[in-house]
Amino acid sequence: MKLKKIGLALLAAGMLVTAMPAAMAELTFPMLSYRTGPYGPNGTEFADGYADYLTLVNERDGGVGGVKIKAPECETAYNTEKGVECYESTKGQGSLIYQPLSTGITYQLIPKVTADKIPMHSMGYGRTSAADGKVFEYIFNYPANYWDGASVIIKHLLDQNKGDLKGKKITLLYHNSAYGKEPIRTLEELSKKHGYTLKTIPVEHPGQEQKSQWLEIRRDNPDYVVMWGWGVMNQVAIKEAGNINFPMDKFIGIWWAGSENDVRPAGAAANGYKAATFHGVGTDYPVFKDIEKYVKGPGKAAGDGKNIGTVLYNRGLYAAMLAVEAAATAQKMHNTKELTGAQMRDGMENLKIDKARLEALGLPNFAPEINVSCANHGGPGLAAIQQWDAKEGKWKLITDFIASDREVIDPLIAEDAAAFAKENNITPRECK
Amino acid sequence: MSPDLLNVLEVILNGLMAGIMYSLVALGFVLIYKASGIFNYAQGVMALFAALTLVGFQTGQIPFAHVINAALGTHLDTWGPGLPTLLAIILTMGVMVLFAYVLERFVLRHMVNQAPIILFMTTIGLAYFMEGFGDLMWGADVKTMDVGLPSGGSTWLESITAGWAAEGSNYRGMYIDVLDLWAAGVAIVLVITLTLFSQYTKTGRALRAVADDHQAALTVGISLRTIWIIVWSIAGFVALVAGIMWGAKSGVQFSLSLIALKALPVLILGGFTSIPGAIVGGLIIGVGEKLFEYFIGGMIGGATENWFAYVLALFFLMFRPQGLFGERIIERV
Repeated sequence: MKLKKIGLALLAAGMLVTAMPAAMAELTFPMLSYRTGPYGPNGTEFADGYADYLTLVNERDGGVGGVKIKAPECETAYNTEKGVECYESTKGQGSLIYQPLSTGITYQLIPKVTADKIPMHSMGYGRTSAADGKVFEYIFNYPANYWDGASVIIKHLLDQNKGDLKGKKITLLYHNSAYGKEPIRTLEELSKKHGYTLKTIPVEHPGQEQKSQWLEIRRDNPDYVVMWGWGVMNQVAIKEAGNINFPMDKFIGIWWAGSENDVRPAGAAANGYKAATFHGVGTDYPVFKDIEKYVKGPGKAAGDGKNIGTVLYNRGLYAAMLAVEAAATAQKMHNTKELTGAQMRDGMENLKIDKARLEALGLPNFAPEINVSCANHGGPGLAAIQQWDAKEGKWKLITDFIASDREVIDPLIAEDAAAFAKENNITPRECK
Repeated sequence: MSPDLLNVLEVILNGLMAGIMYSLVALGFVLIYKASGIFNYAQGVMALFAALTLVGFQTGQIPFAHVINAALGTHLDTWGPGLPTLLAIILTMGVMVLFAYVLERFVLRHMVNQAPIILFMTTIGLAYFMEGFGDLMWGADVKTMDVGLPSGGSTWLESITAGWAAEGSNYRGMYIDVLDLWAAGVAIVLVITLTLFSQYTKTGRALRAVADDHQAALTVGISLRTIWIIVWSIAGFVALVAGIMWGAKSGVQFSLSLIALKALPVLILGGFTSIPGAIVGGLIIGVGEKLFEYFIGGMIGGATENWFAYVLALFFLMFRPQGLFGERIIERV
C-alpha cells in the first residue's frame, strides 16, 4: 500500500514536471528600449506605451491565445553598440520579435536577425527598402516608411497649393545621419515630378546649435520647411523657426519630429506646427479605458501614467498591438500556442487588420487598414498630417490618411533592395 | 551696402552671440581647473542638473516622486503651484552649494594628492552619477525653461538695418535673437563679477593662491577643503547660468549635458586657466565656425560647425600650445 502511494506520488510529480513547460510557456517580445541619455524622453514614452499594451493583453485576455507575453527590457541608451549587445543577450530567450526604435540599431541587426530567423519590425524607421519582402525576409517596416512620409508630406503641400508646386521652394532640414538622409532621394525625385526646388540643410548631432541653418533659411525665405529631426534637434528647430517668424503651418516634420516633447519647449510660438503621423492622437479610443482599468488602475503601468495618450506612447502601444496581432495570426496559421521566430515571421507576413478588427481592439480609425504580404513588408504606406494646438496643448489630426506616391516610391524600393541583395549575395525569394 | 556684405555682418554678429553661449559653459571648466587642476568632465551635467532643479522648484515638482510612487504605489507629482523664479534660483543655488559640500566631503577629500588623470576619471564617474541622480530626482521628460527672459528676433535691429541695403534687393534686415543679447549681458556681468571677486576679496585671493601652489597655500593657513567647496559652488552657479540660457533655447532635457562638447574647443583655444580666455576663445570659435559654414559649408555638404571648431582650436594650438591666454608652464630638469 505504501509502495503504491509512493508510486502514485512519483507519477503525479512526473506529470507535473512534464506539464510545467506548457503551463509556463511564454511569448517573448524583448524590449530594446532607451529611457536614459539624450533621447531618453522620447524612448521612455514609446517604451511605456509598448509595455502597457502587452500588460493589458496579459491582464485582460490572459495573453495571446492564452499564452502570456514576457517583455524583458534592455536599455540601449539609443546607442548602436549597446543595442547589438542587448540583442545578443536576449535572442536566446525564445525571442519572437525585435523593435529597437533606432535606425542605427536596425541597420546593425538586419544581418543578425536574418541569420537567427527572428523577425524585426522597424515601424516607420530603419532601412526603407526593407519593405521589399523578397529580399528582406525577416525585416518589416509597415505601416509606412520614410519615403512614404516624404511623399505624403509633398501630397499635403500639393493639396495646400491646388495641386501645383511649380516654382515653390522647399527646404529639407535634416539630422546629418543615415536617418536624416533617407528622404533626400525621394524628395529629389518628387521635385522632378512636381517642379519645386529642393534645398537640403544638414544639422550635426545633437542639434543644439542651429543658428547658421536658420539664418540660411531666413535668407532663402523658402515656401516650406520639411524637417527630418530627432530629439533636441526638433525642439531647437521649432524654437528657431518661431524666432525668425517662419510661418509654423508651413513647417512640417516627419513623424519622429512630431511629439509633445518637440513642441512644448517653444511654447505658444509652436502653434500651427505640423507633422506626419501613421496613427491616431490622444486618448479618445476605448482601449484607453481598458488601460486605465487593467493597467494603470491596479498600478501595473510601466511609468507613472503621465505619458498615456502622448504621440510616442500611442506609437509604442500601436507597435505592441501589431506584434500581438501578428503572434495571434501565427498561432492560427501554425495551429500552435508556442511560436518560433520563423512562425512569428509568417504571422507578420500574413497580418491583416481591417476596420472591424481595429474597432474590436478598441482602436477605431486609429490607423489605416493593414495588409502585409510576402512581397510587401511595408504595408499600406499611408500617413496623415497632425497639427499642434499650443493653446489646448494637443495634437490634432487635420487630414485623413493619405496614400503615398507609389509610382515614385516602388521603383526606388525595388532599386535599393536589388542593390542590397547584390551586395550581400542574396537571391530574392519567390512570393506567390 | 550690398545684401551680401550685410549677410556676412549678420553671420559675424550671430557668431559672436553663439560664442558667448559657448563661453558660459567654458567658464565653469576654467574656474575649477584654475583652483584645483581638475578638468571637470561633469561641467555639462552640472548645467543640466542645475537647470532640472530650477525647473523642478519653479513647477512645484516633488523630487524623486516617480521613485516614491513606484516603491509605495502613491501618486505623488507636485506639491503646489511652484515657487517664484527668483526664489527658485536662490534655492537652486543652495542645492549647488550643498552638492559642492557633499562632493568635497565624500569624493574630493579622498582624492588629495592623486594624479590629475585620477581626478579626471573621478569627474567622469561624477558625470554619470549626476545624470542618473538627476533622472531619479526630476524625471527624464523634456521640461520648459521659463525664467521670464525675452526671446525671438529683435524687431528693432531688423527695422533699422532693413534700409541699409540697396533698394529693390528685398533685404529683410539683420537678425539677432534677443535671448542671445541677454546671454551676452549676463556673461559680461559674470566675468566682471568673477574678476573683481578673485582680485579684490580675501577669498578670491585665497583661490588664486591655491591655484598657484596648493602646498604653499596650505602652509599659510588656507584651507584647501573650504576653497574647493567655494570653487565648486561658483562653478555650480556658472553651470546654473549656462543651464538657464541653453535650457531656454532647447528645453531642459538630458542632451543639455552635451553642451560641454561646445566648450572644449573654446578651452583649447582660450586656455584652461583664463577667465578672459574663455570669453575671447568663445567669440573666436563662434565667429570662426559660423563664417566657415557660411562661405565653405555649402560647398562641402554643410554641418561643418562641430568639427571646424576643433580644427580652428588646433590651428591656434600650433602657435600657442597653452592656449591664447593660458599660463605657459615650463618644467626644467
